[in-house]
Amino acid sequence: MRWMWIDQIVHFEPEKRLVAIKCVSLAEEHLHDHFAADDRFPQAQPTMPASLMIEGMAQTAGILVGSVNRFKEKVVLAKIVKAEISCDVSPGQTIRYDATLERIDQAGASTVGTVECCDHSQDDNVTWKKIGTIELMFSHLDQNAAGLEFPEENFVFSDNFKTILHTAGLADLAE
Amino acid sequence: MGRDEIFENVREVLEEALGADEDEITPEASLTSDLEAESIDFLDIVFRLEKKFSTDDQPFKINQGELFPENLMENPDWVQDGKFTDSGMAMLEERMPHVDFSGFADDRDVNKVAELITVQSIVEFVDRKLAA
Repeated sequence: MRWMWIDQIVHFEPEKRLVAIKCVSLAEEHLHDHFAADDRFPQAQPTMPASLMIEGMAQTAGILVGSVNRFKEKVVLAKIVKAEISCDVSPGQTIRYDATLERIDQAGASTVGTVECCDHSQDDNVTWKKIGTIELMFSHLDQNAAGLEFPEENFVFSDNFKTILHTAGLADLAE
Repeated sequence: MGRDEIFENVREVLEEALGADEDEITPEASLTSDLEAESIDFLDIVFRLEKKFSTDDQPFKINQGELFPENLMENPDWVQDGKFTDSGMAMLEERMPHVDFSGFADDRDVNKVAELITVQSIVEFVDRKLAA
């Protein structure tokens, strides 16, 4: 089972762009350690780890890349070209990952993306504030330069991904 | 486009792709042994070169394996016991005229071929491709 760091695909333009959201919740156990208030740091606040925001973007962009070949390729994150996150995200806020496919060929793909945050406590209307930029590179695992062989089964796009696609009305892409 | 301009553009590409400092990117610097490029960096470099040198009138498209060798071990005519055969050496020189193989004739170690790709190799590759 893959640990999913996106909740819903909200926009999809084939071979161009995919947008997904992640609702940050205090029910997520890791937030209680990142960061836990104690005697030394009584003001510490739970904050979404930036590393998991990179993973969220990787899942968003990875689905976009995988969809180009109808999830026949094993798409793996190969390189974080650039990652800048400018502010913290707290429980109750929503993150939006907006990924654009920049280049794809047999060997892999590159994507650029923005990370946005919606603070529901600030406004009754939904407004998104850009909080970061993440550029990634993906490799098509079976096309690796060393000629290494991997299992035939596509272990990258597992049932969790299919659930995400299904809820977005994109299940036929993975068939 | 002149060689100096090509070099400046290649240098920018390598700075962005490898996070290398400007003074490290000399013509003779090896991408793997000096600038610490890994296999995925080669794909990044290819994508960036395509973007850097493409124009509206003339796309700069690099085919897979055109700039860097791939899947060399699979062909026994080219590689035996980890060393390039005469046929393999001829293939390398034909497929990669942008690389200087003059000091490689005695070694022929397949694991060291990537070390031969220098900044100058990339400049040579771009220059030949733009002129074609």
